[in-house]
Amino acid sequence: MTSRMDFPAPPPATGLAPYSGPWTENEVIHLLKRAMFGARRADISYFLGKTCSQAVDELLNPQAPLPAPPVKEYTTPATANPADSNIVAGSTWVGDANTDGSVNSLRVASFKKWWMGQMVNQDRSIREKMTFFWHNHFSTETGVISYAQYVYKHHAMLRANALGNFRSLVKAVTIDPGMLVFLNGQQNVAAAPDENYGRELQELFCCGKGPGSQYTEADVKAAARVLTGWRNNATNISSYFDINRHDKNSKQFSSFYNNTVIQGRTTATAGDEEIDAMISMILATDEVAMYICRRLYRWFVYYDIDSTVEANVITPLAAIFRSNNYNIVPVLSTLLKSEHFFDALSRGCQIKSPVDFVVGFCRELELSFPPLTDYVSNYGHWNYLLSWVASLQQNIGDPPDVSGWKAYYQAPQFYETWINSDTLPKRNQFSDILMNSGYTFNGKKIMVDGAGFIKTLSQPGDPNKLIDDLTRLLFRIDLSAASKAQVKQDILLSGQISDYYWTSAWNQYVSTPGDTANTTTVKNKVRDLLKYLMDLSEYQLA
Amino acid sequence: MKRRDFLRNSGVLIPSLLGGLSVKAFSVEDLLMQGMFLPTTETDHVLVIIQLSGGNDGLNTVIPLEYYSNYTNARSNIAIPQQSVLSLSGTQKVGLHPAMTGLQNMFNDGRVKLVHSVGYPQPNFSHFRATDIWMSGSDSNTTVNSGWAGRYLNYEYPNFPNGYPNASMRDPLAIQIGSITSLTLQGPAVSMGMSISNTNNFYNLINGVQDPAPETPAGKELKFVRMVAQQTQQYAAVIKDAASKVTQQVTYPTNNSLADQLKIVARLIGGGLQTRIYMVNYGGFDTHSAQVDSTDNTTGNHARLLKNVSDAIKAFEDDLKFMKVDDRVTGMTFSEFGRRIKSNGSIGTDHGSAAPMFIFGKNVIGGVLGDTPNIAASVSVNDNLPFQYDFRSVYATLLSNWLCVDEKDLQQIMLKNFQMLPLVSTVSCKKPINLSGETLISNYPNPFTSSTVITFKTSGGHTLVQIMDATGKVIANLVDKDYTAGNYTIVFDSGNLPTGVYYARLQNMATQQVHTMLKAR
Repeated sequence: MTSRMDFPAPPPATGLAPYSGPWTENEVIHLLKRAMFGARRADISYFLGKTCSQAVDELLNPQAPLPAPPVKEYTTPATANPADSNIVAGSTWVGDANTDGSVNSLRVASFKKWWMGQMVNQDRSIREKMTFFWHNHFSTETGVISYAQYVYKHHAMLRANALGNFRSLVKAVTIDPGMLVFLNGQQNVAAAPDENYGRELQELFCCGKGPGSQYTEADVKAAARVLTGWRNNATNISSYFDINRHDKNSKQFSSFYNNTVIQGRTTATAGDEEIDAMISMILATDEVAMYICRRLYRWFVYYDIDSTVEANVITPLAAIFRSNNYNIVPVLSTLLKSEHFFDALSRGCQIKSPVDFVVGFCRELELSFPPLTDYVSNYGHWNYLLSWVASLQQNIGDPPDVSGWKAYYQAPQFYETWINSDTLPKRNQFSDILMNSGYTFNGKKIMVDGAGFIKTLSQPGDPNKLIDDLTRLLFRIDLSAASKAQVKQDILLSGQISDYYWTSAWNQYVSTPGDTANTTTVKNKVRDLLKYLMDLSEYQLA
Repeated sequence: MKRRDFLRNSGVLIPSLLGGLSVKAFSVEDLLMQGMFLPTTETDHVLVIIQLSGGNDGLNTVIPLEYYSNYTNARSNIAIPQQSVLSLSGTQKVGLHPAMTGLQNMFNDGRVKLVHSVGYPQPNFSHFRATDIWMSGSDSNTTVNSGWAGRYLNYEYPNFPNGYPNASMRDPLAIQIGSITSLTLQGPAVSMGMSISNTNNFYNLINGVQDPAPETPAGKELKFVRMVAQQTQQYAAVIKDAASKVTQQVTYPTNNSLADQLKIVARLIGGGLQTRIYMVNYGGFDTHSAQVDSTDNTTGNHARLLKNVSDAIKAFEDDLKFMKVDDRVTGMTFSEFGRRIKSNGSIGTDHGSAAPMFIFGKNVIGGVLGDTPNIAASVSVNDNLPFQYDFRSVYATLLSNWLCVDEKDLQQIMLKNFQMLPLVSTVSCKKPINLSGETLISNYPNPFTSSTVITFKTSGGHTLVQIMDATGKVIANLVDKDYTAGNYTIVFDSGNLPTGVYYARLQNMATQQVHTMLKAR
């Protein structure tokens, strides 16, 4: 909660009053780059036809049904036991309790590819960004869970609750089989309590480590005792409560929780009842809403939460969260419609996460994938994107640890942890490859069609308009007029002075695409222009 | 069979020299013998390419005194008065535009070779297309997606960028001043050069200055990313280091952007960069109108451009001499085309074809190469100068005699064989060492006649091996599946494909590498 005194760029001071300023492409792009992965042109024009309030409402109310689960797109080794032959290629494996190690790793890989596919093909809503938010918040690692069926089930649970109620979500996470593995809940028994989940439930998932978070070590121990008795059944792919492992004594909590005592229970429903009581107790503190709102703020707005932001945004937003019984949508709605969110100082200040960078690139440049029915090729392409986000240090499904990615909590660097001497050149490499040679899998190539993309802009034949349009779409901080002039002359005009030469080459390309020499010239220029823009530091901001 | 032996036995045709040479060319045998007895040491030669964008009017740059009356007849409204033309020692047939005193001095010192009427068959009159032809070194009717210098660098440093920089090459292979590295420096897969987007950015880089950013959170993050970008610009340190070694340079002309660029190039060469190729660009030669001042044909836009070119090159050469590195540097000018013989009504000239090139430097064989462009007594608006020398002969000669490419390997780079010209002294040519970096894909035999075995190394996961033709078009996906890490081989059967250059491209997730193969008879 500190402001960095050495830097004269404070975060905005505005609050949560509804934004009433202009609703232009600029505002729509800002909203889309934050609520989705990148701002696609079709989405921009769609939301330009709405009001700001309508746009946010639509983003918060996904119309698309939850997606069909991942399918078998892998080849099972002959040595697998069980053999996995009951699942035919192209059908889903998520309900099949196969325990073979190699099958398991192939399925985890299949899940990750599928998830990348969901993000690349996201519907016009905030669901993917929020599912990803909860993954970072309730951080788990597939490598630790090491059972693909739990991994998927955990993910589907986050996805289904992404825009629901935080109370229900915490409950679902607490008894989720994947989480019971990840934070040792299944080993938490009355005789020898394991405090792992009881601690993170408070420290990372609900209360945080802010100054208002005053839970004690005794609270950690008491919570662990409340949580005793939960086990997993790998065959059913579910968890269950075993009263014989449960600590039936009452649990005393500290003054932070108003000295609450959770009565020990002895029936088969004891586990559920005590957890419900404990979640109610935790959510009765003011701190939970404050903490979650700070997390959402850092995900959607900016990381620097100084005392002004705390007073003008976090505190009132937390009040809204509590007064709406921890429903998530009213909080997001207020934040995303606020003066603060649309404040000039809130724009362009996020450094794109690797997923935002890679998925946003594919979406904003309208990368074309084979039809979804060709799942083999699609999974291969999604895997390629996956390999990039992993090498850029955001391996989805496997965050570094239970705290999630450092970009969202590690002061003072926050987002800046994404960018270093290894990852920045790789980001440029990624965009270069997808514009130069593309990626071929299963004989199908994904590659940016730069000329096809700019064809949809307002006046691609006018080199000034073209560059203006591109920088407006791709950048949040515009290039100087001098830089634009130089880029135009160096790239689009090959050093010529007159704009006419680009205009005439472009017109010729549009009217006579069969003129191979001219078409190549135009395509190469567009490619070089896009590459140049993507390699600029401005492209790293959202 | 070794590549060298193969080529000798199969008798690659070295074209015979054409007429019009002002000095006797070295014989091919001499070159081969020299190449074989020279020690294997790295050449320290540098080639500086000066692009004159827009299509420079050759006839007003080098005035054909031999046909002067026909010249004035064809372009009376822009013709340079005979008495103003700068004379060149050793020839009465041509002279330079009066603004080009610097180049005149260099010519008279034997440091300039003037090559007449450089062009190619079926000239193209579009700026973009003609520029691509000059940069790629393609025929007029084919589109090649790599550049001639890029292919040279790919030959010299075959695995770039894998394993670069390294102990034997810690510097950029090529440097271009401009927003992007041009097609000239594009290799078969990746660009072989780095660009310094403008002269300000160069000084910002060496002085640690950043572009301004707004004083907002976004501006703060932008500054941060830029700082990392500057730190991680692979070659920033070596460039700063080289620049810092040069504390004094000669005075360069001011308000001359070509001079600004060449001043940087001289500083980097003087500072000891091993970079082989520099490319700079100077625009504005598209003089359709107001080419000359209507009251004085020796002044005006074209005069100003030529003065800047001439002054910049002269200062550059003086600077190289001052730093005692002129022995290492040869420069050349080129423009995408010359201009029409007959001038137009708006005191200008329209797009034309062949035009002169200047090759300059201490090791240049000074003088004039070729015949004075012959202008007919009556010229129609469509008439163009025929070319005497293919521009690719100039490239091939510089590659062979200046950058010391094995003459037998030239075809890989130039895609065909071209005539050698007497442009530079070959005495100091040393055979370069190549094969640095990590080889991920190779083939044997190479050259091959019908099939060849491609060996590739994958670090596991999805692996793709593609065959591309010389134009960069993919003609086969030989491998497209998952592998465990290791070395593998696959046979490429070229079937009925024509002889020539092919590329084998490896893509292993984020890694890629391109290897050049030659199919021969």
